[in-house]
Amino acid sequence: MARTALTFTLNDAEAAVFVDPGANLIDVLRRGVGDLSPKQGCAQGSCGACTVLIDGVPHLACLTLAETVEGRRVETSGGLADGPDLHPLQKAFMEGFAAQCGFCTAGMLMAARALLDRVPNPSREEVIEAISGNLCRCTGYEPIVDAILAAAQEMQGNRRMMR
Amino acid sequence: MLTVETYANMAEAAGAVGDRARYLGGGTLVMQGVNYGDQSFDRVVRCREVDRDIRSESGGIRIGAGATMADILASHEVEFLHQVARRIGGPAIRNMATVGGNLFAQNPYGDLTTALLALDAQVLRIGSGPEPIESFLSGRSRPRGLVEAVVVPRVSSGEFRFAKVSRVKPKGASTLCLAVWLRGGGRPSDPRIAWGNMGPTPLRAKAAERALNGASLDEAGIAPVLAVATDGLDPQDDALASAWYRREVAAVHLKRLLLRQGVR
Repeated sequence: MARTALTFTLNDAEAAVFVDPGANLIDVLRRGVGDLSPKQGCAQGSCGACTVLIDGVPHLACLTLAETVEGRRVETSGGLADGPDLHPLQKAFMEGFAAQCGFCTAGMLMAARALLDRVPNPSREEVIEAISGNLCRCTGYEPIVDAILAAAQEMQGNRRMMR
Repeated sequence: MLTVETYANMAEAAGAVGDRARYLGGGTLVMQGVNYGDQSFDRVVRCREVDRDIRSESGGIRIGAGATMADILASHEVEFLHQVARRIGGPAIRNMATVGGNLFAQNPYGDLTTALLALDAQVLRIGSGPEPIESFLSGRSRPRGLVEAVVVPRVSSGEFRFAKVSRVKPKGASTLCLAVWLRGGGRPSDPRIAWGNMGPTPLRAKAAERALNGASLDEAGIAPVLAVATDGLDPQDDALASAWYRREVAAVHLKRLLLRQGVR
């Protein structure tokens, strides 16, 4: 079986891996390069657990043919923290009890990250829309929405302090 | 065993599609099949050149087959389609799912195609002339080459209406959806009514279209339209709803759309 050589950027580091024909990105991330942060849920685009950013835009890794990310920039929740310092979104999720079983969390974080990159001060409605493709069966969503809004505030505060 | 073939341009890729092959657009449909071991194909054909362009031409607005739902939402040319694209999937799906792929989406998907059917869109395939979408849909199960673009007429937002009925909001698959092109505004002239999930492919309700021609958009005016709302449609039972339910509620949703009652 002919395998294809694939190189891409994963959370600011170069990744190189051989992929099987038809392999999806979630398998390649988890098994090929060992980034276990994105989860595979439904493998059909319904749950959003595998949400990653490709060139800064949310994509479902389970429905992405791995070889289409050749030369592109892939970001997962595994790259959010800066060493021991959690990203404000991760901190807000932890402090606001926005993760219970945790299976949706990696996808939620990346969907939220893409929103805050684009809209630093989102409304509650914009947050709900941004995570509308991500299912959570534990929290009832409210703590997640609150955590994203809290992180947005925190990040705005940080930006003000840096000025 | 699955193979993936990558071509430099659309013309080369068009030569490679055929029996046992699927063309990979955004991946939302084809990769589902790959993940679940769909045995109806064993070749995935893809192309490095992707046409995502949406532009005005003399014959209307040309939408490249590779344009995503997010591309539609970012384009002022097709503002009337924003109400449709916004209701498809969540943000990640909208960044991936393409116009070309939607033309081949099986129930319960294909909301955009229902809208394109109501707009009398033309489908352009590599190496052949434009084909009316209605005839394209009736033959879509047979492999007939690669779609490169669709062309839609320029329509003002007021004369094109779309409704999606789903059990999960804001994101959920259609129980049914419907699109209406009220050509001419006030009293529609030669209007179009198209339904999604009311047959094996999106279908036009031609009896209802005839009844709507020249009708006034009020309770009395549309009563004859509602009486024949589901004539010629062929809804099926599925996990979302029964055929019976779909027939029962179709006219209610058509009425709400035509009278703009509580439509979101």
